[in-house]
Amino acid sequence: MDIPYTVKNRPDTGLYNGKLGVWLFLASEVMLFGGLFSAYIFLRTGVDDWPAGTEYLDVPLATLNTLFLISSSVTMVMSWASLKLNDFKKYKLYTLITLLFAFGFLVIKYFEYSAKFAHNPPYLPSTNNFLGIYFTMTGLHVLHIIGGILVIGYFYGPGSKMWNSDPERFTNRIEIVGLYWHFVDLVWIFLFPVLYLL
Amino acid sequence: MSTDQYKQSFWTKYIWSTDHKIIGIQYGITSLVWLLFGFGLMMIMRYQLAYPDTPVPIVGALLGEGGLLPPEMYNSLGAMHGTIMIFLGVVPLAFGAFGNYFVPLQIGAIDMAFPKLNAASYWTYFAGSVIMATGFFVPGGAANSGWTSYPPLSEIATMGQTVWLIGMVMLITSSLLGSVNILVTVIQLRTDGLTWMRLPIFVWTQFITAFLLLLAFPPLEAAGVLQLMDRVVGTSFFMPSGLVVTGEVMTNAGGGSPLLWQHLFWFLAHPEVYVLILPAFGIVAEIIANNTRKPLAGYKALVYAMVFLAFMSFIVWAHHMYITGMGTSIGAFFQTTTMIISIPSVVILTALLLSLWGGSIRFNTPMLFALGFIPMFGIGGLTGLPLGLAAADIHLHDTYYVIGHFHYVVAPGTIFALFAGIYYWFPKITGKRTNELLGKLHFFFSLIFMNGVFMPMFIQGLAGVSRRLADGGQTYAHAADVIYLNEVMSYSAWLLGLAQIFFIINMVISLFGKKTGEKNPWDATTLEWTDTTSPPLGHGNFEIVPKVYRGPYEYSVPGEKQDFTPQSKKV
Amino acid sequence: MSELTPEEVKHHIKTYVLVFIALAFLTIVTVGISYLDLGHVGGIILALIVASIKGTLVACYFMHLLDEKVTIYWTLIATVVAFLILIFVPLSAMLDHARI
Repeated sequence: MDIPYTVKNRPDTGLYNGKLGVWLFLASEVMLFGGLFSAYIFLRTGVDDWPAGTEYLDVPLATLNTLFLISSSVTMVMSWASLKLNDFKKYKLYTLITLLFAFGFLVIKYFEYSAKFAHNPPYLPSTNNFLGIYFTMTGLHVLHIIGGILVIGYFYGPGSKMWNSDPERFTNRIEIVGLYWHFVDLVWIFLFPVLYLL
Repeated sequence: MSTDQYKQSFWTKYIWSTDHKIIGIQYGITSLVWLLFGFGLMMIMRYQLAYPDTPVPIVGALLGEGGLLPPEMYNSLGAMHGTIMIFLGVVPLAFGAFGNYFVPLQIGAIDMAFPKLNAASYWTYFAGSVIMATGFFVPGGAANSGWTSYPPLSEIATMGQTVWLIGMVMLITSSLLGSVNILVTVIQLRTDGLTWMRLPIFVWTQFITAFLLLLAFPPLEAAGVLQLMDRVVGTSFFMPSGLVVTGEVMTNAGGGSPLLWQHLFWFLAHPEVYVLILPAFGIVAEIIANNTRKPLAGYKALVYAMVFLAFMSFIVWAHHMYITGMGTSIGAFFQTTTMIISIPSVVILTALLLSLWGGSIRFNTPMLFALGFIPMFGIGGLTGLPLGLAAADIHLHDTYYVIGHFHYVVAPGTIFALFAGIYYWFPKITGKRTNELLGKLHFFFSLIFMNGVFMPMFIQGLAGVSRRLADGGQTYAHAADVIYLNEVMSYSAWLLGLAQIFFIINMVISLFGKKTGEKNPWDATTLEWTDTTSPPLGHGNFEIVPKVYRGPYEYSVPGEKQDFTPQSKKV
Repeated sequence: MSELTPEEVKHHIKTYVLVFIALAFLTIVTVGISYLDLGHVGGIILALIVASIKGTLVACYFMHLLDEKVTIYWTLIATVVAFLILIFVPLSAMLDHARI
């Protein structure tokens, strides 16, 4: 016996298990980042002199990173749409571009971080709470990016064999991965102004 | 069954299993071991409280010089007792074990929605619990800042606190995976005909609990990450400026707020109270309906009350923080919500109590524990009301009164319900019966000694004795008149420990007993009893996946031949 | 989303491109605004409004929230409520502390 609704939608909810599962997971992610945003507001309003993000951070680099993530998001959803159109080659292409943008994000983040550490005096998480929360929030976000790269990479490489055996299930998986990836993008859309611009 | 043809080794079948029943048992055994361990810590502490500065017998050699329990270690034991009982014991047993085993069976599903994720959840819990325990072996001992880990104390504490935080992050991850799984299972895998209002109350409680865990735990994970950053990287999220520790000004940047931790911690920890109690309600409701042989009173009221309870539990947390200098307007808000949340609790308890009315009650072991639960939880709940009002709480805060209050809720409350569940479902899990005499001895002695431990705490607390005093209040003027109770409580605690031997013996001899071959020994109506063998089939649970035609508690329906009508019986 | 026809998917793809352009444009806008002197509070509010619009676009179109099922909506409503409590109540409690 197989577990029902792993691929097909349950008639009364109109969902397959994985999709509901990933939305619930994202709900908890909202609360995880919510806790950090709450901490940020709490810390910021609790002191008189909160530094402006521009004092420490590099806005042009972060703007470029924002564009990278938005682009990777759109290529992600395109790769899913390609599967819907039965175009596996295009799927591969779009997924590859998504991965490249994601790596690009990490590279820029690396330059940002190392510039902070190399600054004289160094800008460390312990320097003040602004840098502390900056490193914590972006660090956690980077971990999410790395997790996403691993999963997308898997479905670009070995995981994509499933397209031949069970295309519908494979398309569902890409939809789920996409949901996660868009969420990571969504978090950044809020992190960017909150940390860099305000 | 085709799936039985798979040849499985011991390891794949019992250790790396993805079968929800095996995982449920894994959760159950692990959490029971932790419960016993956590209780053991408390028995050591109770020796110190009754006889301060005397060597602890039996385990003294493990503790410190001359068998004495040093105060720092007393703090460690206290913090770890709380953490272990709640996060490693009660929640995994109530949610991980019972939820895993019985939710799929009661909704007619062949497994959880994500079996591999389920196994991952268990092993993350297991790893987290081992990490938590390694705290005892690091320099300075295990975490010693209380189970609440309030900064700044926890920030300057020894290394054990870091271990505690890592363990917590793993436990939170585990419960997150588990709750997603339960939610998807209940929403997606209910069998044909099992509408929401036909769900057994137990499934409802697990469903709501899963939602609480899903939404309330991540903020603590965020807080845990922030505290880890404070401790490991040297940030100051919870460290105020100019903090002086033993005469020296701390060198960190400062500007943080210890209150931030309290908010994030209690944002979880109040819903956590309902995570502890809701599954207990569910188990007790099942057993009461079954043993009164009549439908539960107010099924819908129960469901709505629990949903409302869950929602309200998100907006009461600051009633743990009245003494932080909270202003009157916010204080008024939280006092109001706290009084409101007692309403659904009373609705639930009243429904359970009214269900007894006019029933022909069978006083078997599970029913005794379920009946014991009601007044014990009642005491726990009612003694909480003064704590919900700031004027009384400011006096009672951090006294033994609080300890008595929440232990009544969790120990003779939730843990009694969990025992009831174990006795009730033991025949389903093993196909064997437990010994009624041993079960009854276990119940009556536990009931007496539980009250012996916790009732005097109210007296001490009202007299003003603080919690977390390593000497039990010897040097404390308030305690002079009530300190003799320490001995009473300690003896009760040890005797309570002895009473658990009845339980252990009962489990062991019943396990080695003969299979009875009865499918449905309690004449119950829900699917796990009526449509599966005992124990259920290895993979797939059911010979034929059942369909549901009626509500969960159709007992003593007029005109029926039997006094129970299975949910799967055609109309 | 498993019952889409190829025509519908192609229509979707057009939408994705439009959303992408909007997101990129709004990113430039929000950076641009940050260089204007709108006062402290004004700047924060405007930046958050832009971020919310961008977030909504991603959720509605990339994550297909516009034509999602009612179960997902209920889940997200519960999450949003919990999120708002998490964000605003500690804040109000702290501001209240300051006044005592």
